[in-house]
Amino acid sequence: MSDAIDLLLNTSLWASVLRIATPLIFGVLGALLCERSGVLNLGIEGIMTMGAMSGWLAVYMGAPLLVGLMIAALCGAVMGLLHAMLTVPLGLSQHVSGLGITLFASALAYYLYRLLVEVGDLPPTIEPFQPLNVPGLSDIPVLGPILFSQALPTYLALFAVAAMAYVLARTPLGLAIRMTGESPHAVEAQGLNPIRIRIGAVVVGSALMAVGGAFLTTTAFNSFFPGMVQGRGWICIALVVFASWRPGKALVGAVLFAFFDAYQLRLQTAIEGVPYQLFLMAPYVLSIVALVLVARRAEIPAALMVPYRRGER
Amino acid sequence: MRLERRTHVPLHLVVIAPLAAIFTALLLAAGLIAAAGVNPLTAYGEMLAGALGSRLSITEMLTRATPLIFTGLAAAVAFRARLWNIGGEGQFFVGALVTAWIGHSLGVPGWIGIPLLMLAGMTAGAALLAGPAYLRLRFGVDEVVTTLLLNFIVILFVGLMIEGPMRDPLAFGWPSSVPVDGDFRLPDLIPRTRLHIGLLFAIAAAGAVWLILARTVFGAETRAAGLNASAAAFAGISLPRTIMGVALLSGALAGLAGSVEVMGVTAGVTTTMSPGFGYAGIVVAMLAALHPAGVVAAAVFVATVFVGADAMSRATGVPSFIADVIVALCLLTMIVALLFTTYRVRR
Repeated sequence: MSDAIDLLLNTSLWASVLRIATPLIFGVLGALLCERSGVLNLGIEGIMTMGAMSGWLAVYMGAPLLVGLMIAALCGAVMGLLHAMLTVPLGLSQHVSGLGITLFASALAYYLYRLLVEVGDLPPTIEPFQPLNVPGLSDIPVLGPILFSQALPTYLALFAVAAMAYVLARTPLGLAIRMTGESPHAVEAQGLNPIRIRIGAVVVGSALMAVGGAFLTTTAFNSFFPGMVQGRGWICIALVVFASWRPGKALVGAVLFAFFDAYQLRLQTAIEGVPYQLFLMAPYVLSIVALVLVARRAEIPAALMVPYRRGER
Repeated sequence: MRLERRTHVPLHLVVIAPLAAIFTALLLAAGLIAAAGVNPLTAYGEMLAGALGSRLSITEMLTRATPLIFTGLAAAVAFRARLWNIGGEGQFFVGALVTAWIGHSLGVPGWIGIPLLMLAGMTAGAALLAGPAYLRLRFGVDEVVTTLLLNFIVILFVGLMIEGPMRDPLAFGWPSSVPVDGDFRLPDLIPRTRLHIGLLFAIAAAGAVWLILARTVFGAETRAAGLNASAAAFAGISLPRTIMGVALLSGALAGLAGSVEVMGVTAGVTTTMSPGFGYAGIVVAMLAALHPAGVVAAAVFVATVFVGADAMSRATGVPSFIADVIVALCLLTMIVALLFTTYRVRR
């Protein structure tokens, strides 16, 4: 048992927390943006898979790593546009459309990967993002390796949280997005177009989700394989609720979640005799528990999942 | 241009909608097949031959369709009441696991044991969905996320059981659970094929679900709850009771899929025994426009795509993931097609 506590004092545990949190931060921000405008995006799991595949493939074919992230974002945006067209102007069930996007985007990603990449005994690899030391800061004991020796996409994720929080809370655009999620009729009355705002939010949100997926293949690992997103998308959907649809709380939720994930990974090796599956279950069980805890006081956007058709109530 | 709700849905549209959706999906997927350097017509020809070309391939396809009918019914029942049960995959696995666990050492004759094991699988599936349904009714927790997350938990649990307490010491290579007793293997429907009488059970289940939905008070309450929950509540229908009833029925059907698959095909449980039967069940249900009779036809179509794509992939080299692409595209095209059965376009 003292091993379990020793682990908590280990710097490498804390350094891995932000790394594990990064794909969740991108995913949860993307889902949050969609939902703030009133659209539930269950395409997230497939969009992250598509991002993971397309970002990796671009780099594998010779593009620089940053361009790989941009390609991933573009592919995610295309899938997001598809979900947006089905659910916003056509007003189809956001649940069913989202699941359809997840099935379609993952199947397409696997199909294209098999078609375009020669896979031998081992999946081919790329040279991933390396940890980036911030001059001066990364030499600080303890905090340096935890906060300032991360790979570039992790810093991008933290920047994205700040940007999202600022745009949603402090700009006219953010106000319009939030209002669309609460009352599209009021937005229409202001002379703005709620349909366009929703489409825009879903497209940008989906691009963010895809970058989260691309982090898995360009930073955390260096290859792509089927099933690698492993429910991270669904966990992000749970984290949005946990965070009450606020970017700052979403960051806290993602980091908290990543901490438990990093800790269970290390406990697996520290504690003998317990089946490893029990540890692997922990993140999913934790997500359900988190949902139950906050469900009562969730400040859900009033028009979430309510399609807006002009002239129909 | 705007959409206007139809007051009456003409019957011909109900039949045309899924056919149009499937045609569009196949047309879109043809582009991807062409990208693999294969003539789409050749590929689709190989698919048809692979699934329907011989007596053996037809029985293989029907074997594949059997669990899809059950999971399709499970999704259809739930979606009708707007209970978003995406946990068919998990319910399939608990049904399979419980059946193998009890069926390994149950000392009764087959004709008692088989119905008992089916009941056990149904109970397990129903219990698994009762949890998320309770969380929704009691705490307002969205059941989509909880049922999805439970799929991952259940598959890990299956892995734990078949590597531990339920491990078959005689299984080579990949871990598998102990098999069900030989007395509880479902008899073959056609000798020397894998097709078992589970297919008849599945068709009977579709009939039973149709009767329940169309001819009972519970069925009427289900429909009312799905069409307009607040109006249903105003009419005196107890929503929590209806939703819980739907959850138990839906979970039981998906659990039965796993139970029948174990007794009819695999004997033991492995983590790879389902190529996504639970998720494909959602597509089956939507293609059927949530109608039980349509579910049987849609399951046969989806099974044809999956079995045919494997054969086509061997013959032409097009990756067999094309089957998943086609099925997913069908879901997306179908929901658009359904829109045009309930709405009309006005200029």
